[in-house]
Amino acid sequence: MLPTRGLARGRLHIVTGKGGTGKTTCAAALAIALATGGHRVLIVEVEGRQGLAQLFDTPPLPYRETLLAHAPRRGEVYGLAIDPEEAMLEYLQLFYNMKRAGRALRSMGAIDFVTTIAPGLRDVLLTGKLKEAVGRKEKDRRPAYDAVVLDGPPTGRIRQFLDATKEVVGLTKMGPIHRQSQSVIDRLHRPDTLVHLVTLLEELPVQETLDAAAGLREGNFRLGAVLVNRTRPDLVPASVLVRGRPDRVRLEKELASVGLSAQMVPDLAREVTAYAQRQKMQADNLARLRPLDLSTISLPEFSPPVDMGAVYDLAELLHEELR
Amino acid sequence: MPKSMSTQPRAAPLLDVDALIDNPHTEVLVTCGSGGVGKTTAAAAIALRAAERGRCVVVLTIDPARRLAQSLGLDQLSNEPHEVLGIKGTGRLFAMMLDMKRTFDDVVTAHSTPERAEQIFANPFYQSLSSSFAGTQEYMAMEKLSQLRESMQTDRANAPWDLIVVDTPPSRSALDFLDAPNRLGRFLDGRMIRLISAPARAGGRAYVKVISASFSLFTRVLTKILGSELIRDVASFVSAMETMFGGFRERADQTYQLLKADDTAFLVVAAPEPDALREASFFVERLSAEEMPLGGLILNRVHEVPAPLSGRAAEAALERLEAGPDDAPLAAAALRVHVVGSDAAAADNRMARRFAAAHPSVPTARVAALPGDVHDLTGLRTVGTLLAKRPKSA
Repeated sequence: MLPTRGLARGRLHIVTGKGGTGKTTCAAALAIALATGGHRVLIVEVEGRQGLAQLFDTPPLPYRETLLAHAPRRGEVYGLAIDPEEAMLEYLQLFYNMKRAGRALRSMGAIDFVTTIAPGLRDVLLTGKLKEAVGRKEKDRRPAYDAVVLDGPPTGRIRQFLDATKEVVGLTKMGPIHRQSQSVIDRLHRPDTLVHLVTLLEELPVQETLDAAAGLREGNFRLGAVLVNRTRPDLVPASVLVRGRPDRVRLEKELASVGLSAQMVPDLAREVTAYAQRQKMQADNLARLRPLDLSTISLPEFSPPVDMGAVYDLAELLHEELR
Repeated sequence: MPKSMSTQPRAAPLLDVDALIDNPHTEVLVTCGSGGVGKTTAAAAIALRAAERGRCVVVLTIDPARRLAQSLGLDQLSNEPHEVLGIKGTGRLFAMMLDMKRTFDDVVTAHSTPERAEQIFANPFYQSLSSSFAGTQEYMAMEKLSQLRESMQTDRANAPWDLIVVDTPPSRSALDFLDAPNRLGRFLDGRMIRLISAPARAGGRAYVKVISASFSLFTRVLTKILGSELIRDVASFVSAMETMFGGFRERADQTYQLLKADDTAFLVVAAPEPDALREASFFVERLSAEEMPLGGLILNRVHEVPAPLSGRAAEAALERLEAGPDDAPLAAAALRVHVVGSDAAAADNRMARRFAAAHPSVPTARVAALPGDVHDLTGLRTVGTLLAKRPKSA
């Protein structure tokens, strides 16, 4: 495995992955890991599903940065759920000084319509807000956040999401929107913006990870780590198997030494065979990720429902890896 | 429904998959659920099982894994069903993969003149609408379903299939399948889209004067944000599609109504995880509110431990083994596997019970987690067998 050093120096961390791979959990753990040791980190969600509030067990997040959790050794994690409509109003205010008109448009349902007709616009607003948060300075000119983590769109949509602003630049040749878009594009391509890929060691998630990585590289985005979620420990050493299966006579004998009856042997043998098969599938899928040439961080499986305790455990693991 | 067992009270009634697919009255099965729970595999497995029990089945898949697609002969580009080879018995299985752009093109072709259709196809707004618009995939899945249904019901004697199994598009929310088509229909029919295209039709300026101040503000902001080019594209798209408007919404409504027919059954697929089950809950509640027929819940990838040994007993035995004098690596591995498996099974059981407590009347079928990925007919057959399996009675 490649060293993961240097990943912690990223300022903007974009976490993507196939649906159901545990993207939100990993993003939250990464935010806590980055905040560990007195840092201030913002975690942002854009898919409008309040996954962070559910995970952190807080009321739904408003369109305002809210303290979500403390990280070990005086770290702080803030949360923000970016709402496209609110971001649009902010944008109208910023560039056209037309907040009130914006409100009127919203009450007509026009903003919803606009973001429907030009789906890319929604992503432009979201990435624009993200860029603003990363670049924001306090009065003493220090950055407001040491790092920003995005619980991003799924792998199938990530390239489109990150490139949305590019299309807008193509449409508007000059003016404030053009300038703004250009600076968002620059922010997303800087070397301290990292895209992390969450995957499981199963066929489809790995395939999507490989496809997304290729697409992101083609788009000149910098890839961070592959977070291999829900890995199971290798419990069955190859040495106890004969052609992929346990020898039942041997199993019976060994179990007898601790007083377990022979009756269990067939069922236990089946469990061992199935587990060994899963182990092999994990190893095969891990091997498929190798050509990516990225740091790979394995995160263990937790029994659902994954609670904050598990997230802190993952964060500690990530913190160790990132150091 | 089978009676519940007395010794070990089941948390939920059993979903009898075979009874459902053997019933000739069942003509449409829709599998739905949030992304990553094994919907596509479940749909394919049910279709195969139904075919091998004598039905003539067509399965509409949306985005199957490559190897699964290949095993169904779906590697060639086709927006029409074709027969899957290697089916045992007298039934037949047809499979197809949804091509949403081609389905949309077909709808346009069917509802306009060739010249108009060409005009629409060339419109940049149509191109983005038909290939990447949120909701288009769901609308087109519904559209394809109603086409398949029509071909079945207009001429039953000669129809190639008597059962349609539909997979639904991968989305975060299972509800999208029900809501997106209507949203697209409303959008294409709506006031707003007519509004921005109105200046183009009414000759620009003169028209703008007539409409209210807020509307003119609306177009102004829109032009500023979206650019005049996009507005022009949308406007010319709207005027080219004029004849089809109304048709869109009507069609979406019609298909939606058909989903309430009693020859249809929804199968909600979920994995024993909080997010997936929460989505399943939303969906089940929605179906009941809409009076749509729920077949039941397929609880996929459930961990099972066959050996009659509690996790705690296995742990104790493992401790004795490690403290003892004998080297027993195989038994140690087996006991560790059993401990981990028992924990996972217990967690899955908790999740399943929680769902059943909230929805006590939803029949449920459990499918044990398989050690590998499913990518051929043999694998699908195994899933089918697991789906229809009844739990051992105590």
